[in-house]
Amino acid sequence: MKILVCISNVPDTTTKVKFKEDSTLFDDSGVQWIINPWDELALTRALELKEDAGNSVDEVSVIHVGGAQTDATLRKALAIGADKAFRIDACAADAYYVAGQIAAYLKENPFDIVFSGIESSDYNGSSVGAMIAEFMDYSGVSSVTSVNLDGDDVILYRAIPGGKQKIKAELPLVAVVQKGIAKEPRIPAMRGIMMARKKPLEVIAATEMEMLTRSVKFELPKAKGACKMIDAGHVEQLVELLKNEAKVL
Amino acid sequence: MNFEFTEEQLMIRDAARDFAQRELLPGVIERDEKSEYPTEQVKRLADLGFLGMLVGLEYDGGGMDTISYVLAMEEISKVDSSVSVIMSVNNSLVCWGVEKYGTEEQKQKFLKPMARGEKIGAFLLSEPEAGSDATSQRTTAVDMGDHYLVNGTKNWITNGKSASIYIVMAQTHPELKHKGINALLVDSKSEGITVGSHENKMGMRASDTCSVMFNNVKVPKENRLGEEGFGFKLAMQSLEGGRIGIASQALGIASGAYELALKYAQERKAFGKEIIHHQAIAFKLADMAVEIEAARFFCLKAAWLKDQGKPYGQASAMAKLYAAETAMKVTTEAVQIHGGYGYVKEYHVERLMRDAKLTQIYEGTSEIQKIVISRGLVD
Ligand SMILES: Cc1cc2nc3c(=O)[nH]c(=O)nc-3n(C[C@H](O)[C@H](O)[C@H](O)COP(=O)(O)OP(=O)(O)OC[C@H]3O[C@@H](n4cnc5c(N)ncnc54)[C@H](O)[C@@H]3O)c2cc1C
Repeated sequence: MKILVCISNVPDTTTKVKFKEDSTLFDDSGVQWIINPWDELALTRALELKEDAGNSVDEVSVIHVGGAQTDATLRKALAIGADKAFRIDACAADAYYVAGQIAAYLKENPFDIVFSGIESSDYNGSSVGAMIAEFMDYSGVSSVTSVNLDGDDVILYRAIPGGKQKIKAELPLVAVVQKGIAKEPRIPAMRGIMMARKKPLEVIAATEMEMLTRSVKFELPKAKGACKMIDAGHVEQLVELLKNEAKVL
Repeated sequence: MNFEFTEEQLMIRDAARDFAQRELLPGVIERDEKSEYPTEQVKRLADLGFLGMLVGLEYDGGGMDTISYVLAMEEISKVDSSVSVIMSVNNSLVCWGVEKYGTEEQKQKFLKPMARGEKIGAFLLSEPEAGSDATSQRTTAVDMGDHYLVNGTKNWITNGKSASIYIVMAQTHPELKHKGINALLVDSKSEGITVGSHENKMGMRASDTCSVMFNNVKVPKENRLGEEGFGFKLAMQSLEGGRIGIASQALGIASGAYELALKYAQERKAFGKEIIHHQAIAFKLADMAVEIEAARFFCLKAAWLKDQGKPYGQASAMAKLYAAETAMKVTTEAVQIHGGYGYVKEYHVERLMRDAKLTQIYEGTSEIQKIVISRGLVD
């Protein structure tokens, strides 16, 4: 069985977000890039499935759509334990484009399970995984919090409001995973970091694809106002402020 | 000259940072308070390969360069120096000597399990009466033909209790003075060895420091490291590298305290503004930032020289002296910036201040570093 984990390259979560060129582009100067946290958890779970001797997973690979500057992120995935990395050489424009590129690769190189994170911590599109399933006609399950293999069956749990749902899915499958899928992302070990050098990182030419959307402008949320403390005994003052200053009443 | 780290070096720094923040920070205050050996944390240190990161891949180590080691030591020491000292002693004082001077059999038998972190090493040089003056070894290793018979007491031994493998410096030919000292690889479970009780220390309270007594301990001849009489040289050469580790530890203690102080100064208000906007506090932080950066350059320079195969003894003594003095100064100021909150355990800086003190003492006191440096100045 082969597992493919989709990796998004995102700014470190502590990055101060800035835009350039009249707010049409994200200003990436000085940004530290990381593996999207949900994807990192997905990779961790994929490796756990491979290491469990009861399963017959013989390959865990990662795939990413991006330029050469993202190779460091893919090598980190290799250091964590992925066997191979594939980078589709294109600028990740939107979810449809990314899913289309990954699907084009999958058509030539099928995998049994594809993991994708529920969202990327930068653009929060939440759509790549579902679109891949649709393009490929694979089974697709979203909001997955647990994956286990039982022979050729895949047992998944997904979070639903107020509880969880158990699902048995047929292969091939796209599982869109969220928090809980693995306990913690894996820290690469020294040996893993050394071995990453020797593992294959294959660069694949992008497929011709129409772009359906175009980003026009970014806006930052308004800065939060200062906090005002009001004495517990002065409810009337609070009501007054909510009415006339915050204008929420 | 190139001030850029490689992608791999950055990956190692990040791995060490993630490990320290996720796995060392929870519980660090309690371990310090109870003087509790970090058993689980050392196991993880081994799993991640930090305990043998400088050892070559062929001997099951991480095959990393010394620059990466500085980066990892700094990140781990920002949080828990009781853990980083175990890593430093194992890598620089024990594995290094076996890899450089050991026979192939010694490497297979002793180096490999230490590089994997399955066994921990300790370095036994200091004695009750031989600290700074390490030449006056009283521990003896009498040549009995096929083995040495070791007698004496070693003091202040880091990993004294947890180590399985000791490198013991002992005098075989007193008439030759320090040229009569041998370095022996000793199984810590050998008959005749007694480990003293855990020292109740000011700082780095979770690392185990003990005295070790030898009473007619038989050590096979094939366990001698290097030629007859090479022990003192081996110890001094090991300490040259060890000092890069301790300098990086001091750097980490300083930068850990600085990061906490910088954050606190931007949150804590006094007289209507965040205290960082009072110049007295801002200037303290500026001084701290400058000195830490200088200490970092010293550490990286020494590491770079070692990686290039150039002499690094002078550079590592400078790094250790400067970083240790910086750690003491910066942590004291970090407590000051925290005011009363800095004086309680919850805020971490008081622990870092206690830990900093040790970096001025072990692997050669600050005074001894000045002796080493000044001797190096004379033509
Ligand atoms: C927690 C801890 C862990 C340690 N771990 C180890 C270990 O794993 N292995 C090991 O072998 N040792 C270890 N040591 C020992 C350490 O290296 C010695 O404590 C150190 O070298 C100083 O020796 P001393 O304590 O005997 O002090 P002394 O040598 O007695 O020094 C006392 C004072 O005199 C000063 N002094 C001495 N000689 C001179 C001089 N010529 N000129 C100017 N000033 C001088 C010193 O700088 C110091 O201020 C450890 C010590 C501690 C506290």
